[in-house]
Amino acid sequence: MTSTDIVFDNVSKFYAEVLGVNRVNLSIPPGVTSLVGPNGSGKTTLMNMIAGLLRPSRGRVTVCGISPDEAERFFRMVGYATQYDAFPRGLTGYEFVECYLRLYGYSAKDTKRLAWEAIDRVGLREACARRIAGYSKGMRQRIKLAQAIAHRPRVLVLDEPLNGLDPLARAETIALFQALAAEGSHVLISTHILHEVDLISDRVIMMNQGYVVAEGQIRGMRDEISEHPMQVLIRCDKPEYLASRLFHENQVVEVRLHADRAGLLVRTRNADGFYKLLNHIALNGVQIESVAPADDDAQSVYEYLIGSEESTK
Amino acid sequence: MNPTSGRTLWLRQIVAIMRIDLRKTFFAKRGLWIYLLAFAPLLPMIGHWAIPTNGANDTLGQDVQIFAGIFQFFYLRVAIFFGCVGIFSNLFRGEMMDKSLHYYLLAPVRREVLVAGKFLSGLTAAIVIFGGSALLQFPAMFWHHGRELMDAYMFAGPGLSHLVSYFVAAVLACIGYGSLFLAAGVLFRNPLIPAALLLVWEGINGFLPALLKKLSVIYWLQSICPISTPGQRGGNHNNIMQLLIIDIDPAPAHIAIVNLLLISGFVIVWAAMRARKLEIAYGAE
Repeated sequence: MTSTDIVFDNVSKFYAEVLGVNRVNLSIPPGVTSLVGPNGSGKTTLMNMIAGLLRPSRGRVTVCGISPDEAERFFRMVGYATQYDAFPRGLTGYEFVECYLRLYGYSAKDTKRLAWEAIDRVGLREACARRIAGYSKGMRQRIKLAQAIAHRPRVLVLDEPLNGLDPLARAETIALFQALAAEGSHVLISTHILHEVDLISDRVIMMNQGYVVAEGQIRGMRDEISEHPMQVLIRCDKPEYLASRLFHENQVVEVRLHADRAGLLVRTRNADGFYKLLNHIALNGVQIESVAPADDDAQSVYEYLIGSEESTK
Repeated sequence: MNPTSGRTLWLRQIVAIMRIDLRKTFFAKRGLWIYLLAFAPLLPMIGHWAIPTNGANDTLGQDVQIFAGIFQFFYLRVAIFFGCVGIFSNLFRGEMMDKSLHYYLLAPVRREVLVAGKFLSGLTAAIVIFGGSALLQFPAMFWHHGRELMDAYMFAGPGLSHLVSYFVAAVLACIGYGSLFLAAGVLFRNPLIPAALLLVWEGINGFLPALLKKLSVIYWLQSICPISTPGQRGGNHNNIMQLLIIDIDPAPAHIAIVNLLLISGFVIVWAAMRARKLEIAYGAE
């Protein structure tokens, strides 16, 4: 834990009798962090507490060592694009970014420059003179993002930022997140598109029913899940022979041949031991084309920890 | 690129808040009824001017009394009261309903500065609308008496000082009711409930004992108004209801002004302290 981290110190939040999040202890370093979990799991509550829109019922949240109570310092550092698809009435895209940027106390010249810089970063220069009421969902997402990054925050919190974006805008936005993270910023994203989590994130926080059920890098999280044997896909020239060899090993739980007879799926309780064994077998006449883990992605880890029946959001 | 700090920052932030909010208040379609309410008294006054009545019953003295009645019973108690409900309670609660308050709360603005900025923007709008209307109503009421009598009333008589008193009363009504409804917007999910309670309290003010009378806005406003109306000391006591009225002297105008400003200041400070704990929970709205 360092002063550059977002820190949750035994944080709980209750809405009257209803649990928002409970006993959350986290230390989130800079980089892209994805927050995943089903509806009502507490993701938005967690984000709202990072951004100071909610106060913990218990515990303490600090961002880079600063509490939201120090508004004048804290909110220069934090930018938040919420899930709310709501904007002040009658404003154009440019006016929306510019008018709230004025609250930071910049001169008129700097305000204008920062507003244009943010609008350019999200690719909305041509549309920014139009009223937001006429924007598509994707454009509204992008203008919200521009508003959140306009003051160049070190910590960017984004609730479902990829919702409604077309594939090109999606790719550009993901590249923007990665560029911001490469500059040393925190980018904390909630998303329900699990296959993008692997693509976007340096680490993942999984939540369910108000609790953090896992956090860290996906591979590390997968290694911790001992009750689900690791799945490995192998493409080779002698899959039947390889399968027969593997059946004799204690660490191998299951072997399935592919329908094309050019590979097999192995389930093992000891991934490290299995890879050593595979090296040994390869040296004894089996031509192995590829070896790839089949379930150390966010989707699989999510299903193991939270369950595939839960719809994510 | 160094943002300012301290008082300069607060001043810039207040100006920025006013810039956003004034536009919303002045040009919002849903605020049209506030203009109608503010300028409603002009209609009978202009009608009175356009359609001359029997000369014997149409004296300047009578119009002064009628104006005092309209101003105290309609303009202060109804028009400005409800206008301030519409303007000030929406400054926070309206933004909550629109799900746009978080844009302010995510900026590096102290909650106290936010409350001050929002109050000043509401107050500016209210003064322009209701103070402006009061200034228009006065000539509209008396103009038909002719230039000569009007000049004599305004500049040789008490007309100008009456006009200033009515304008000050309208401004102070905006400050008094505005502070209360701003606080209601911060504190209550539905500010119409405290507004209704306040309306009843202000309505029964005439029947309250002296001490409770002073715990209201209307008592101090009436003290600033230059002409007594029925129900006030010196007014026409020709109604059975007058038996229930507890008659006390109005406060001197300067005391009334200071007291109203103190009450409003206290309410604003209290609202600012409560705003520190304000959370965004749009889902619960």
